[in-house]
Amino acid sequence: MTQHKQTPSQTVGPYFAYGLAPTQYGYDFKSLFTPVLAQPHAVGEHIRITGRVLDGAGKPVNDALIEINQPDASGQHINSVEESERKGFAGFGRCGTGTLAGNHFSFETVKPGARGDGQAPFIDVCVTMRGLLLNTFSRIYFSDEAAANAKDEVLSSVPAERRATLVAVRENTPGGPVYRFDIHMQDSAEGKETVFFDL
Amino acid sequence: MTADTVQTISPRDWACHPAHIDPGYKSTGLRGPKHALVPMKHALAERNAPVYSAVQLGALDNDMTKNAVMNGEPLGERIIVTGRVIDEDGRPVKNTLVEVWQANAAGRYVHKLDQHDAPLDPNFLGAGRCLTDNEGRYTFKSIKPGAYPWGNHPNAWRPNHIHFSLFGDYFASRLITQMYFPGDPLLPYDPMYMGAPEHLRDTMVSKFSLDVTQPDYALGYVFDIVLRGAKATRFE
Repeated sequence: MTQHKQTPSQTVGPYFAYGLAPTQYGYDFKSLFTPVLAQPHAVGEHIRITGRVLDGAGKPVNDALIEINQPDASGQHINSVEESERKGFAGFGRCGTGTLAGNHFSFETVKPGARGDGQAPFIDVCVTMRGLLLNTFSRIYFSDEAAANAKDEVLSSVPAERRATLVAVRENTPGGPVYRFDIHMQDSAEGKETVFFDL
Repeated sequence: MTADTVQTISPRDWACHPAHIDPGYKSTGLRGPKHALVPMKHALAERNAPVYSAVQLGALDNDMTKNAVMNGEPLGERIIVTGRVIDEDGRPVKNTLVEVWQANAAGRYVHKLDQHDAPLDPNFLGAGRCLTDNEGRYTFKSIKPGAYPWGNHPNAWRPNHIHFSLFGDYFASRLITQMYFPGDPLLPYDPMYMGAPEHLRDTMVSKFSLDVTQPDYALGYVFDIVLRGAKATRFE
């Protein structure tokens, strides 16, 4: 078979909002993916995941797009739109950093179950923005899963001093559990560069 | 596949993509990661892509000449953009979501932060989406986007382009790219286009097609896209 070369990646640019996250940004076009993954009837612990994207100067980025991908609370993947509607759980969400105070992103979801033996629960992350020529992949692990995290093969493959960049920190608030997860594109005074994977 | 192989996704071919930090494109300086990416065993990498279905799409989602009409037709040159989404082995990527967005004919984006002094078109949004068919084919109708200035360097202008976002069959096959137009004199001055490896730049330039062109209606352009696909690898 002919070997074709991958089409080069290009930046998402500054003006993706009306195409990729129109509902969140108030455009008259319905978003296919939103920051709300879990409807009220979704099974599992309902959580919020929030954070900022910081550049190499430690400044919050106001035009990043964060996508997350995860199984449901039992570790099962959503395989169809019908299943998603039945379970009230989408499995995939999108949030831009241009609409919330402080340039936060914020997802409403359920805490995922582990996907397999020996794996800690985690959420896949895809980061894209103006000034980023390739979308980058990371993971969100959970601070209250220390025992499982210690055994997780992927997390263990990350240099020890960088692992904390992948762990969202849990806070119990009156509105429910919130996990804080800032994404640092580079080392800065605000924190260490987040681990990105060659996925 | 045999017993000692596992179905995974072909790796990102770094020889096909721009670098994370490109001195010609200023914003990359503080935004591109500087540490080496951490390799992940493919058997552990996520394989599931998001789910979506044709029932979620509106009838005019792939027709930007009609999907935001308020009181007339959008201004500009009508175009038809079509092509196939395939993997590196030439297999069609079926039922995959293709999302596009672009400036209007005057080079102005609907986005609230675009302050370029060119007119908005009340009848044009510039966002569209569709699913590929069983041959991996997609088709959009639109208006040819105009060039527009940006602040990267003095007298910087982006060539005419349409932004494309694709998922493919895997979480990691996600691709965001841009389609350009043949013969655009701005291409050699554009740091984004020039940031891609030289031997693949022309794969981002659509080809004019008289076959796709509809008589008395719109000019046709063809743009094929190659995503990472399935690969059988030995079990680790």
